[in-house]
Amino acid sequence: MSPSVPLQEMIRAIRSARTQCEERGVIQRECAAIRAQFRQTDNGGRSHNLAKLLYVHMLGYPAHFGQMECVRMIASPRYSEKRVGYLGAMMLLDEKQDASLLITNSIKNDLSHSNQYVQSLALCTLACMGSAEMCRDLAPEIDRLLRSSNSYIKKKAALCAVHIVRKVHDLGELFVPSARSLLSEKNHGVLHGAVVLITELCERSPETLERFRKTVPDLVQIMKGLVISGYSPDHDVAGVSDPFLQVRILRLLRILGRNNEAASDAMNDLLAQVATNTDSTKTVGNAVLYETVLTVLDIKSESGLRVLAVNILGRFLLNNDRNIRYIAMTSLQKIVSTDHNAVQRHRGTIVDCLKDQDASVKRRALELSLALVSASNIRSMMKELLIFLSSCPPELRAQAASGIFNAAERYAPSKRWHIDTILHVLTTAGGDVRDETVPNLIQLITNTSELHCYTVHKLYRALFTDISQQPLVQVACWCIGEYGDLLLKGECQETEAVQVTEDDVLDALEIVLQSHMSTPTTRGFALTATMKLSTRITDNVDRIRSIVSIYGSCIDVELQQRAVEYNALFKKYDHMRAAVLERMPVIQKNSLGQTNGELSEEPMKESQPGKVKQEETALPPQPAGQAQVVDLLDLLGGSQEPLQPGSSVGGSASTHLTAAPTSAGGDLLDLLGGFEPTPLAPAPTVTVYEKNGVTLTLSCEQQSESGLTVTLTASNSTDSDISGFTLQAAVPKSVQLQMRAPSRDSLPAHGGAKLTQLVVLNNPNKVNLKMRIRVSYTCQGSVVQDMVQVDSFPGL
Amino acid sequence: MRFLLLFSRQGRLRLQKWYTAISEREKKKIIREMTTMVLARQPRTCNFLQWKDLKIVYKRYASLYFCLGVEHEENELLALEIIHRYVELLDKYFGNVCELDIIFNFEKAYFILDEFLMGGEIQETSKQIVNRAIESSDMLQEARVTASEKQILLEFGVN
Repeated sequence: MSPSVPLQEMIRAIRSARTQCEERGVIQRECAAIRAQFRQTDNGGRSHNLAKLLYVHMLGYPAHFGQMECVRMIASPRYSEKRVGYLGAMMLLDEKQDASLLITNSIKNDLSHSNQYVQSLALCTLACMGSAEMCRDLAPEIDRLLRSSNSYIKKKAALCAVHIVRKVHDLGELFVPSARSLLSEKNHGVLHGAVVLITELCERSPETLERFRKTVPDLVQIMKGLVISGYSPDHDVAGVSDPFLQVRILRLLRILGRNNEAASDAMNDLLAQVATNTDSTKTVGNAVLYETVLTVLDIKSESGLRVLAVNILGRFLLNNDRNIRYIAMTSLQKIVSTDHNAVQRHRGTIVDCLKDQDASVKRRALELSLALVSASNIRSMMKELLIFLSSCPPELRAQAASGIFNAAERYAPSKRWHIDTILHVLTTAGGDVRDETVPNLIQLITNTSELHCYTVHKLYRALFTDISQQPLVQVACWCIGEYGDLLLKGECQETEAVQVTEDDVLDALEIVLQSHMSTPTTRGFALTATMKLSTRITDNVDRIRSIVSIYGSCIDVELQQRAVEYNALFKKYDHMRAAVLERMPVIQKNSLGQTNGELSEEPMKESQPGKVKQEETALPPQPAGQAQVVDLLDLLGGSQEPLQPGSSVGGSASTHLTAAPTSAGGDLLDLLGGFEPTPLAPAPTVTVYEKNGVTLTLSCEQQSESGLTVTLTASNSTDSDISGFTLQAAVPKSVQLQMRAPSRDSLPAHGGAKLTQLVVLNNPNKVNLKMRIRVSYTCQGSVVQDMVQVDSFPGL
Repeated sequence: MRFLLLFSRQGRLRLQKWYTAISEREKKKIIREMTTMVLARQPRTCNFLQWKDLKIVYKRYASLYFCLGVEHEENELLALEIIHRYVELLDKYFGNVCELDIIFNFEKAYFILDEFLMGGEIQETSKQIVNRAIESSDMLQEARVTASEKQILLEFGVN
């Protein structure tokens, strides 16, 4: 075919432009010329102009003014113009454009054209960009063409029918009879199209699938013909006869044989034959083998065949070609849960793939390795996984770290091993671990009391090697704070003891406090640990006192608050210091399950003066969609949800049910939420509780259709300080409630400071809003509890 | 198959075929992402990538990258064969095809593609039949042109 000279000249001109600006200039000129040409009536060069426009479009420039020209060209009697017109339609007129409907009629006419190449243009365009309306209009035409005697047209009509079925599912019924009859064709192109069509029909509708099950023998026959028959020059690719058709038939057999014993039986022999006879030296053969393996593993095949399939995958794993190894691992991933033992046999090769250069292969190997970890191979697998973690690409680190943690948790052979593993991960990939690792590790450590000495020694050493890994530093600080006395004793059974003095330990903590690499959370840990040591060491209490008072004027508000409170602990409540800072009891497992960084609040709350022990345990997360009801001991009556009492830390008599904690990502700085100016002036406030000098006011603000923010403000007008002030709230069942952390939990005398707490409510059902609030605080040494019900909200 | 892209080593697009209906903006975004992802790959690495819910199969021939976005159930190794078959068809048509052929005759590359694939699926598995079909369409195009040229010459009174 002779090249289009005007087109090539333009392309040359564009390519010779040296800068982007020059290119834009050339293209603008060309587009102007094209536009002018479009407006003229028929001249010989219409197809060249449209082709030029399509080139410009491919470079990324706008070409929508060519849409109408496409429509006109399609209607032209000249084949050259039709060809370019249809190409333009496929490139410029997708179904979102309005102009696409205009070509429906032209397509309809061309579908019945006398020349098969014109018909093929129409079919191709319809299959590429046909919208749902066009498909509905033209479906009967396509069905007619499916029955024509011309195989060239039949194969195209079949694929056009596939597109129609994808766009308009109901029309599938229309094509079922013709699809069935097409299976008896000899022409490979038609056969291929028929198989694709049947696959599409079966995937869409289970009834059609049932009907087509009867074709399994025919399909088996066709496949046998392809596999056994001699060399066919037309369709041979590197020794495999028509691999494209073979793969499609195998895929259809997979769909038909799934969950069906009879159909699976009928294809067993064939699959075994294909699996053994196909030459696997070239990619083509492997493609067919791959599809065969997928089919065998998906249908109800007999066990011998399954073993054969897994062995083929094993062979693939040893193949030099990376692609083959990749797909082998992808397939093994799919069956690792069902045929676990079979896959275990290849564990060695899979683990070797962890060391491959290719990132895709590494990812697959990681997923598969994690799935293969079991109680028997945990030690060796973990060794490999830890080696992998130290050298793995950054995008896989988080996944690897969390996978290792899960595996360690499930199969840890001993507690010491578990702790060692977690520490190893924290030192290598500390930055990529999830937030809840720190509380989980702390909980694990407290649970293994026999290893406290060992753990604190290890962590102390780790602290000196690397101070930048925040989770590690946090855990180390916590441990030193808790078990510092064991460190100072200078003896340890499990590991070599360090000879440290109290000053050394305090030095270490101070380094953490002052390091610019420490996050505020870490600093909080370090400060609390320093404070805890005040009861565990004997000589340097003054040093601790001075550290603590220095931080009383720290810029970081969280640290400042802590320091001030610890100062208070030294000054006014020194008699309570020992009790408050004693060893923490073992933490219950489920209470820390899902907190995100919440544990950092634990040590802080622990050191608060006051007898009321609060726990910041989170309620176990409720499944999404369930309203978070906080029912204070059946107060709202008729509550169906059995409540989960959080474990109490310390000797509180009654079980306190705390309100749901702050939302995910709630870190300590969230306490500042309480400092946010609550809307006082505009929002009306109402006093809901006033007793013994303690006042509680409420104001609310509508945030959205169903969302509401309620602000509770408490103040103390008595002569003595109030401490341990907590508020708990309950709302009707369908309302969702979320309490933000209070701004403070003590009320100084004479209204020295107010306490504010935000409550976020979501009332999607617009029920009558009520709230029951329980107030509890300590005043002059005695605990006071009271309850108030709010029935009407101001401003609602 | 959702789409087929051809681009050069510098990231210039040479061919694009979309088998689903998506907006222009979305197309441009996908093209950008594909070119960045594929061009960043090291040589001698795996030809398959995972991207959103699609599998990306790419292969480099000389200075051109062929990139397919296939659905989850499709066979990646066969996708490589599809790319190879298309290159063979181009080679047969242009005679030792190179990137310039595809640049200057892009519409023909499309015509060949449309004889080989339709609606994201293969329509003809035999190379010879595809080649013959393209040749016949070309001859048809020539014949029509010659006929209409004859007509014009007649109208002008030239024999």
